[in-house]
Parts: sequence; structure tokens; C-alpha cells
Amino acid sequence: MSTTGTSSVLPPDRGTEEELERGLEREESKPARVKKRLTSRTATIAALIIAVLWTIPTFGLFLSSFRPAELIRTTGWWTIFQNPGFTLENYQDVLLSPSVSSPQLGAYFVNSIAIAIPATIFPLVFASMAAYAFAWIKFRGVHVLFILVFALQIVPLQMALVPLLQFFSTYLRPMQAWLHDVVPIIPEQNYLPVWIAHTIFALPLAIFLLHNFIAEIPSDVIEAARVDGASHGQIFFRIVLPLAMPAIASFAIFQFLWVWNDLLVALIFSGGTQDVAPLTQRLAELTGSRGQDWQRLTAAAFVSLVVPLIVFFSLQRYFVRGLLAGSTKG
Amino acid sequence: MTTEDLLGKILQVVMGLVVFAAIVGLLIFFIDKAPKKGRDYWQLAGFLLPALILVAIGLVWPAIRTTFLAFQDNSGAWSMDNFVWMFTQPAAIRTLINTVVWVLLVPTFATVVGLAYAIFIDKSRGERYFKALVFMPMAISFVGAGIIWRFVYEYRSGDREQIGILNAIVVAFGGEPVQWLQTDPINTILLIVVMIWIQTGFAMVVLSAAIKGIPTEQIEAAQLDGTNAWQRFRNVTVPGIRGSIVVVLTTISIATLKVFDIVRTMTAGNFNTSVVANEMYTQAFRASEVGRGSALALILFVMVLPIIVYNIRILRQQREIR
Repeated sequence: MSTTGTSSVLPPDRGTEEELERGLEREESKPARVKKRLTSRTATIAALIIAVLWTIPTFGLFLSSFRPAELIRTTGWWTIFQNPGFTLENYQDVLLSPSVSSPQLGAYFVNSIAIAIPATIFPLVFASMAAYAFAWIKFRGVHVLFILVFALQIVPLQMALVPLLQFFSTYLRPMQAWLHDVVPIIPEQNYLPVWIAHTIFALPLAIFLLHNFIAEIPSDVIEAARVDGASHGQIFFRIVLPLAMPAIASFAIFQFLWVWNDLLVALIFSGGTQDVAPLTQRLAELTGSRGQDWQRLTAAAFVSLVVPLIVFFSLQRYFVRGLLAGSTKG
Repeated sequence: MTTEDLLGKILQVVMGLVVFAAIVGLLIFFIDKAPKKGRDYWQLAGFLLPALILVAIGLVWPAIRTTFLAFQDNSGAWSMDNFVWMFTQPAAIRTLINTVVWVLLVPTFATVVGLAYAIFIDKSRGERYFKALVFMPMAISFVGAGIIWRFVYEYRSGDREQIGILNAIVVAFGGEPVQWLQTDPINTILLIVVMIWIQTGFAMVVLSAAIKGIPTEQIEAAQLDGTNAWQRFRNVTVPGIRGSIVVVLTTISIATLKVFDIVRTMTAGNFNTSVVANEMYTQAFRASEVGRGSALALILFVMVLPIIVYNIRILRQQREIR
């Protein structure tokens, strides 16, 4: 990089020296110098204020979730130093308590996982198959078909809910009942409708994004495999899927979080029982019926936030990529 | 939850995955063993049909049917009643007005704050941590966000100590505590604040990336010309990221039009806070007014349509430039 040469000739300013001391790459030194003149103290203070404002609500709830019920009810969380108190009882209560009146989030937590994992895998597999066909199986009319699928992104979820629910109760319900008869351990209310609904709603966007990626695979690679006598199935599994992994991973994270955080689809297709309903649905229910039980609400909210936050902090780069790609979904 | 329940759930997931894998495996097997005659057709069908069938059942047909339902009354006869209701009943009109207020305020504020923040922290020390703090709300569910903010807006009557920080601040300045979520019209604004809180992170991340894409030379040249920070922002930064700003505005607008969970969790649409997406759910699934719900869904579609088309066009242009 040419910048490296320049900065070794010019004496670096103090800001740059500090940057270098903290082990930043040298080519960043030039923008860094520019920035030193750009960022004023006021900007930093303004940024700090925004950051604090944005964090306080979550922080307050988080802190409160560890305070005894009595203290939450009578004092503000910001008075924690005057009114100290720490307890894990709230979490114990919402997660493990067998009493009927408590939230019993354990079951719903399992549901959230049991919904989110298949509802991420199913659409991704079908979408990558379709994306491969759209990109690499030459056929008349395929392009028009692709545009049609792409255009389906403009249909809001709300347009599909009523008829799809009717369709499920006519055709899927007998199948669920049959499943329950064959395997009694599986309740009649099962995950099937939620899985299918999430799969369908994810498809247009997933096909579009994966197509963009899969179509970029150099045609030499595919042609070479074809010349060697590989079938479409082999090409798909051995070449396309491994090469498309980054795109698949990004979309998988996005879809997983989308399903995990979803409320609308769950409300309509889960039936709302402990057998199927995810955490979000239970939480919404609790705010409605027990909106004043803050010791439970605070802890319950954090139980539901834990998974997204882990994903967010551990996979931030993929997370951002997936989120930016999928931000118009719904 | 008993152990048996848990076992049933695990079994369901395992069975679901196994059956799914079997279906896909069979499909691929038949694709490769397709009859020689019309082989291409079979292969194309094998790859495409699962997705196409699902989409046809779950999106195409329902969208058409919802459109028809919107023009029918509860007995199934053709009528415009649903739209008459929507544009004449005060509560329904209020829902439409609220939606317009949402879609005006959320994108504007989220983008302005996001852009300001992105510029303030650009190349500053600890930029990553600054970003993570504001972006974090994007990761959590709208339901979780709803609970977080309900706690901020919590109200205690009489002389009892306030536990919601907003009322605590009001009281500290000598004011009377307010039942924020029950007081119209401030409650709608406060719900909008929640959405702004969530979407600002999105705006910030996208715009921050765009700002980093502006060539340093341009900014240095402007500096040599003796411009101040504001002039550089107006004349170099903003033109350089115009495309991204439009994408952010439109994307947030779409998300805002469809907002449901926040309203549902915080007020359930009571106290004049309902919006179209929430009212659609309430009418169709709570009040059994399928026609009205469908009409609202259709209105939602009509509102979202131009924004999405515009958004896609801008995205395409940007891609061509790159």
C-alpha cells in the first residue's frame, strides 16, 4: 500500500503513535490522522450520550432481574446502592418453578429451540436447491419464474395468514391427529404448522440471496464437473453447497434469529399451548396478564434475550451481514 | 414440563429432521436417476418444485384469496363494507393515522441519529464497542424490547416511589407522574421511541460502512480548501452516501409499516395506539372479522409496495455502480 510509504517518510503525529502502540495496522495510520482532526471533543461527548441513552433501558431491566421482588416493587433500580439486594430467585421462579401460576419458561425455551432449528434448516435446503436450479440449469422461462419468486418478497406476511391458517386446519390437522395416534408421545398440537409456515415465509428472500451467491460461482468449475460426468445432484452437494457456505451461514443466522424473535407467526400457527408456543408468545402473554409482576417479567425477558445476545456477540460479523441482507423480510 | 413432554419434543424435532432429510435424499436420488427422455425437465422439477409448491400454497394463493376476502362481508357476499368501515369509523381512521405517524417519524429519527452517531464514532477509539452498544437492540426480539420499555414507562400512583425511570425523572424535576402508555397521544410517540431505539442501530451500521467507503482524498481535498467539519459533512459525506441513506430510509419504512409486536406487547392497540398490522391481527384473529382483517392486510400491501419497488431499484443502481 502506498500509504505505508508516505507515513514512514512523514513523522507520525501523536494520535498515530498511540494507534500504532495499540497494535493497529500501519496502513490505517493515514485515515487515522485525518480523523484526529475531524473528531472533536463534542462529537465524542455526543456519542457517549447516545450510547448511554441507548443502553440504559436494557441495563435497568437486566439489573432489576437480579433484585428481590420486594425491592423491584418499591424502589427504582438506580437506587441499588442505597437499597442493595441480589437474588437468583427470579430466574429460578420463571424457569424451574412447577407451580401453575409461574411462567414455566423451561418448556417454552425448549419450544423456541425446537421451532427455530428446523425452521432454519428446511427453508435453507429448499432455497439452495431452487437457487441452484435457477442459476445453473438452463431453461426457457426460468428467468421469468425467478423474477416471480423474487417479487413475492413484496407480499407482507399479513396477506398470507388467514388463508394459510384455513388451509392448515383443513389439510394439516388430520395429519397431525394421525401422527398423535401413531406416536402418542407427540401431542396433537405439534410443531408442524409453525415449521411449515416459517419455511414458506423464508423462501422468497432465501432463494433470492442464495441465487445471487450461487450464480457467482465461476462457470468453469461447474462445467469441469459436468465434463467429468458429475450429475446435478453431485454438483449440488459436492461443489455448490460447500462454495455457498458463507452465504448460507449468514442467512442461517438471520433466519434463526428471525424465527427466535418472531411473535406473529407463532401467535397464529402455534395454538398457544405449552406444547408448541415459543418464548416470545409466552412473554407477550405474561405482559398482558401479569404486567405488574416485574420480578418475573424482567427475568423472563432476559431468558428470551440470552440466545440472540450470544449469537450477536459471538458471530457479530456474520450477524451483521445476514441482517443487512435480510432486513426487508416480513 | 415433564420428562415425557421433553422426550416428545425431542422426538418431534428428530423425526422432523429425519423425514426432511429422507425427502431431500429421495428427491436428489430421483433427480440423478431421472429417465433419459426429458431428463432436463425432471431434474429442473426436482430442484425447483419443493420451493415452488410451498410458495404457491403459502404465499401466492393466500395473497389472492386475502384480496378477495377483503371485498366480502362475513356471509361471503361481495361488498365494500370493510373499506367503508376502514375509512369512516373513528377507531379505524385513527389506526391509519397512527401508521402514517409511525412511518414518518421512525425512519427519519432512526436515520438522523444513526448517521450522527456513525459520524461521531467514526475511527474513534473503541469504535467497535460503541457500535455494539447501539446495534444490540437489533438482535433482541420486539417483544423483549417491549418489556424493556414498559419498565421504563412504568407508573406508580400517588406518593409511592416511581420505579420507571421516565416517571422518576419527571418527579425529580417536580412534575406529576404520568400513565404514559394510557395517555393519548403521547403513548403512540412513546411506542415509536421503542422502534427508533431498535432501528437506529441498523441505520448506524449501514451508514458507517458507507462513510468508510468515501475516499480519504476527497475529505483531505476539502480540508485543504479550508472547509469546516459541517461543510465537509454537507458537501462531501452526505453526497457520498446518498444511496445508502435512501436504502436505510426505505428499509426502515418497510419494517415500520409492518410493526406488530411492539404495539401488541406494550398496549395491545388499546388507548388509541393501534396500527394497521396490529389491527389486522386483532380484527382477523381476535374479533373474527376476517373481511376487515383482509382489507387491512391489503392496505398494508398497497402501502409497502411502492417503497419496496423503490428500494429494489436503488439497490440495483448501487450494485451497478460497484
